[in-house]
Amino acid sequence: MSVIEARGLRKTFGATVALDGIDLRVEEGRILGLIGPNGAGKTTALNAILGLTPYEGQLNVLARDPWAARHQLMCDVSFISDVAVLPRWIRVSQALDYFAGVHPRFDRAKAEAFLAKTTIRGKARVRELSKGMVTQLHLALIMAVDARLLVLDEPTLGLDILCRKQFYDSLLNDYFDRTRTIIVTTHQVEEVQYLLTDLMLIDRGRIVLTCTMDEIESRYTELSAHPDHLAAARVLKPMHERQMFDRRILLFDSVDRRQLAALGDVRTPSIADLFVAVMTSQTSGSERTRA
Amino acid sequence: MSAAAPDQPMTAHVDPRVPADKKLFLWSVRRELWENRSLYIAPLAVAAVALVGFFISTFLGIWESQLRLDAEKPGTPFDLVAGLLMLTSIMVSVFYSQEALHSERRDRSILFWKSLPVSDATTVLSKASIPLVVVPLTAFAVTFATQWIMLLWSTLIVKASGQSAATLWSRLSFFQMSLLVFYHFATAHALWPMPVYSWILLVSGWARRAVLLWALLPVLVIGALEGIFYRTAHFPLFVFSRLMGDAPTIAHGSQSTFPLDPAKTHIAPGMFLTSPALWLGLIFSAVCLLLAIRLRRYRGPI
Repeated sequence: MSVIEARGLRKTFGATVALDGIDLRVEEGRILGLIGPNGAGKTTALNAILGLTPYEGQLNVLARDPWAARHQLMCDVSFISDVAVLPRWIRVSQALDYFAGVHPRFDRAKAEAFLAKTTIRGKARVRELSKGMVTQLHLALIMAVDARLLVLDEPTLGLDILCRKQFYDSLLNDYFDRTRTIIVTTHQVEEVQYLLTDLMLIDRGRIVLTCTMDEIESRYTELSAHPDHLAAARVLKPMHERQMFDRRILLFDSVDRRQLAALGDVRTPSIADLFVAVMTSQTSGSERTRA
Repeated sequence: MSAAAPDQPMTAHVDPRVPADKKLFLWSVRRELWENRSLYIAPLAVAAVALVGFFISTFLGIWESQLRLDAEKPGTPFDLVAGLLMLTSIMVSVFYSQEALHSERRDRSILFWKSLPVSDATTVLSKASIPLVVVPLTAFAVTFATQWIMLLWSTLIVKASGQSAATLWSRLSFFQMSLLVFYHFATAHALWPMPVYSWILLVSGWARRAVLLWALLPVLVIGALEGIFYRTAHFPLFVFSRLMGDAPTIAHGSQSTFPLDPAKTHIAPGMFLTSPALWLGLIFSAVCLLLAIRLRRYRGPI
């Protein structure tokens, strides 16, 4: 069953097109990374999915229209964002009380067990906690909710490496169970890449690439070309080329890996490299059409 | 929301996992009390100061004439305390209302609240219930307790001066007075000024900053136009009297705005409840709150 289904999802702010009619389908049990440059429309897409903003086009999340039924949807959807901050005045114990009071799928014991592993005290107010601790608290609350869809919008922004690693480790080890679905947007692509099952690159309100992580492995090859074979490699039409020390690094789409192996060292590109390649080929492509 | 009504066939389709609106509402009100501790601290502080003042004044003999056997009006210090707490409740409600839908946008926690299964209607109505129910009820409870302490203290003072306290008790008719104060809070300081509070609530959900100024602006503009063209100030005075609780809760003949003397006060709940001004005000409140609910759907952090 698909958890999210969008068709022609469109959102404009005045003359600015944030989402330019995107089609999207996310199946249950997937961990989708929504990656794109600043202003690409990631947050707008997530806001539409969460029922925080009206939109044009068709959108179904867990068989509900998010804009019409946000509060019912939120029984099954959890959300952590850099902008959805916990109120500074609330005490940890009050946050637990409130969640237990209003959320039908909240397991207080689970949240308390998670918090017991941290240095966060129940009487503390959010304003007294460090940024890392606030994220831990939010994560403790969210992980205790038996949600079907978890939306993470830059969840680790402004955290140090240790906190970021802890965040994703707990998420993967203690939360994800293959029946839940997770969507995550982040600029720290390297940190989520081993987490994801699916990748979606988005730019200027359009989806420019959507594939599973397995497909990336079979489809894209990065070649560190041997200087003698550079010309031969270029004949195979790399989608992107860059210099790394004294080697040229070429990225190929759907070219036989065995054929490339003869021309240098091959490996699967990282999401970051793929992202750069797709974005720059997009830009040069559109500049060419403009010219 | 209405689907939860038991007499509707819709009930069968309501998701059983969605918590009842009443429960969500009560938790939302509790949340407001956590965030805004001044709602009960302010009246308690005022009452404490008033009590200390009263204790000192009895030692200085200021109220002595009022507490004596032949006192004309034994209630004066009691009225003073009730009046102080009414003023406090007005100030608390005004400042609460201007923050209510603004602070969650300012501190960006609105998206956190919206990530929970609580509807905008529940949220806005729980916030509206603060000036309508919570503040008047708290102020009444504090008034009641303070007056009790004052009465016991007066009894001690009167007894210490060798007189009988029975006269004080019978003259003061304490329970009647408390009932009157309750009636007054429920009518003049809850229902009557509700349109003003609802208006401020709506502006607090709309304005990016300076909520009170924006809320005041139309009153000032209309007042200025009225002043220029008619040389009167009916509109600003009307709004002010609404806020201050100048309601027709007492039968004609009594000029007081809050009950001074139970024996001479003739309450008129019928007149109050049938007054068109009350109902027009409540309709205006309902419109403001509906708009505030609609507005909150579209609102994010400022």
